Amino acid sequence: MHPITTVHYLALSAALLLIGTIGVLTRRNIVIVLMSIELILNAVNINLVAFSHSFGPGHVEGQIFAIFVITDAVAEAAVGLGILIALFRNKETVLADEIDLLKW
Amino acid sequence: MLLVGKKLDPQPESEVAVAPGVEPIYDEHHGHSHDHAHSHNAHDHHGPSHTHDHDHAHGHDHPHSPLKFLVNLICPGLVLLSFIFSVGAVWQLAQSSEKYHEVIQFTWVAGLPFHLANGTLGIFHADWGFLLDHLSSVMILVVTGIGFLIHIYSIGYMAHDNGYYRFFGYLNLFVFFMLMLVLANNYALLFVGWEGVGLCSYLLIGFYFHKKSAADAGKKAFIVNRVGDAGFVLGMLLMLSVLGTVRFVDVRAILHSGQFTAETAGFGVLSAMALLMFIGATGKSAQIPLYVWLPDAMEGPTPVSALIHAATMVTAGVYMVARSSALFELAPKTAGIVATVGALTALLAASIALVQNDIKKVLAYSTVSQLGYMFLALGVGAYWVAIFHLFTHAFFKALLFLGSGSVIHAMGGEQDMRYMGDLRKKIPTTHWTMAVASVAIAGVPGLAGFFSKDEILWQTFSSPKGSNILWFVGLLTALMTAFYMWRLMSMTFYGKSRVKPEVLAHVHESPLSMTGPLTVLAIGTIVAGWLGTPKLWNLPEFFRGFEGWLAPVFASAPGEHLRAAAAEAASEGLEWSLMGLSVLIAFIGIAVAIYFYHMKPHIPEKIYSTCGPIHKILYNKWYVDELYDFIFVNGLGKGGGLALGAFDRNVVDGGVNGAGWFTRFSATVSGWWDTWIIDGSIRFGSFCVKMASYPVCILQTGRVQAYALFVVVGVLAIFGYYVTR
Repeated sequence: MHPITTVHYLALSAALLLIGTIGVLTRRNIVIVLMSIELILNAVNINLVAFSHSFGPGHVEGQIFAIFVITDAVAEAAVGLGILIALFRNKETVLADEIDLLKW
Repeated sequence: MLLVGKKLDPQPESEVAVAPGVEPIYDEHHGHSHDHAHSHNAHDHHGPSHTHDHDHAHGHDHPHSPLKFLVNLICPGLVLLSFIFSVGAVWQLAQSSEKYHEVIQFTWVAGLPFHLANGTLGIFHADWGFLLDHLSSVMILVVTGIGFLIHIYSIGYMAHDNGYYRFFGYLNLFVFFMLMLVLANNYALLFVGWEGVGLCSYLLIGFYFHKKSAADAGKKAFIVNRVGDAGFVLGMLLMLSVLGTVRFVDVRAILHSGQFTAETAGFGVLSAMALLMFIGATGKSAQIPLYVWLPDAMEGPTPVSALIHAATMVTAGVYMVARSSALFELAPKTAGIVATVGALTALLAASIALVQNDIKKVLAYSTVSQLGYMFLALGVGAYWVAIFHLFTHAFFKALLFLGSGSVIHAMGGEQDMRYMGDLRKKIPTTHWTMAVASVAIAGVPGLAGFFSKDEILWQTFSSPKGSNILWFVGLLTALMTAFYMWRLMSMTFYGKSRVKPEVLAHVHESPLSMTGPLTVLAIGTIVAGWLGTPKLWNLPEFFRGFEGWLAPVFASAPGEHLRAAAAEAASEGLEWSLMGLSVLIAFIGIAVAIYFYHMKPHIPEKIYSTCGPIHKILYNKWYVDELYDFIFVNGLGKGGGLALGAFDRNVVDGGVNGAGWFTRFSATVSGWWDTWIIDGSIRFGSFCVKMASYPVCILQTGRVQAYALFVVVGVLAIFGYYVTR
């Protein structure tokens, strides 16, 4: 039976990052895009916790940092959903490829 | 019944009702019962008489209204008061040793310093000051005395008029301005009175302003007078520039100081000054070429014709020239012009008066003619004679006008002498007073007109400035005067009655308020002349008082009198014979008129038909009005208007339009430059930048996921670069 090592965590983290990135780039619904961003952030969290664990019991900086990232993710989700609602009110759509205001 | 008739009546009364400032007609039912003989016949209102000035709109007045009583009390009363004060002032002046009395109320105009013509510094200064000397004392007595009588007369004459209060207001205003004119102590203040009487004249000529002819006559008088006034103002300014003052006393002192000499040789600045002043006088006193307004002024009520257009206002020019006698003494060339113009005016007006049929028109031309006499006297240097004639003329011409007003009143507004005749029994007082005045103006010895006219003729003959030709013209005019005056008398009072039957029924003598002034003026006409009897009659000094009274005002160089006296002594026999000649002339004129118009009334008709063209020319007043219409109204007025209009359209507007076109053209060029060169270069720059940025722009899709893709690709590229290195 192999113990779960840092490499496993990193592999999981990389997988989540990959899934999240692909989600952000390919899904049309902005809600899904936001969820994919959460996945990317959580990949980072796993990385931080994994390294914190691998440095020994005296190191909790990584875990604390992870708490901050979660907080940040919550705030970001709130702002994102707010923008989404405002967007829907004005444009009657939540599909990212139908909104092309971000130019010039 | 009368009321209904009036409402249906298409006569001018209805216009009166709507005219502003005139009391309405229809509201009065009473008033028919009072004294007037007309009121018994309602139908005469429909006659043609209504086109004449005397508007017999009976029963619309307020005979017993307290307001009217107040007007009757105040207006003539104040003039009477003025007369009493005038007499008092003149009495005091006569008693005192001073030559004149001057009262300066305050400084009216205090101007800035300016350079006189000779380079010294002067200041324009005019006082609100009054000067009473021997000349103005004659004038104030005439103005207030005759003015008072005419006020009284107007009470009767205007009793039925709707503009009663307005009339008396104007009349009193006139007396005020006339006194201002004759009492002013400088030319500027005289000009105030001068314009004031002009205004009153305008208002009173156009008194029946709902009648177009009256309104037009008022305008004509006003405009013609302004032409003269321009001359007066220019003369005044020239005087200011040369002499540095407009105060009578100073002007006289400077002119007598020897600083200026008589301009016998050429036409100098003093002559020009005098001529400009005289142009002002021709306007106010109706001389050639500006006399045309006076005959038309007869559109006004008859008392106005008597007061303003016969006795007082029109003599303002004579007064002004006499007041400037010191100036005219030094300008013999201008004096010659004055004499010539006066003589020609006298002749021309008298010739027109020979054939006129309107009773007031005859008198109007007679006035112009008599004013011509006055200017003739002024021109030959006989200033006191001119004022003397002014004085006597005021009596008999006012009397004639008031008498004609009484006739018109009796005839219910008829002014055409062809529809008169044999009125002497019906209106006896009017008849005898007018007969006195006619005899006086004709020049029968013993009455006012004889003395003054004969003196003018003698002075014209004997004065060094006069000439035989001028004397002959004066004599011819005297003949015509006698003729046309007695023609008027014959046609009006004697011969066969040609009065229309419906008018004849109520011909009546005027009320006492009208016959009273007539009687007083007739007495004046008889006695006034005895103040200036000829020297060779050798009467006591009192009977030659007029010359002595005015002597201080017109005293010229001392040698003059002695020379004149010597000449007089030498030519006594000649003077007697000339006097006899002028008396003879007067009687011939009267006799011919009686023969023509009284005894053989068909003769004039025959003469008219044989001398058709001459009669036509005279009847149409030498076509002077038509000539003025042609030259000034249509020629310079309308033609000049058209020419100025063309000039305006083509040159002035052309300049403006040209400037506008040029601006637009240059704006177009500049706009083209802006659009294509300035804007073009900037647009070209931006176009280049835009073209260069195009490849970059197509990357910027605006879709957030595309951007995210670029980030990822970028990250992978950097990552790959570090890994593969």
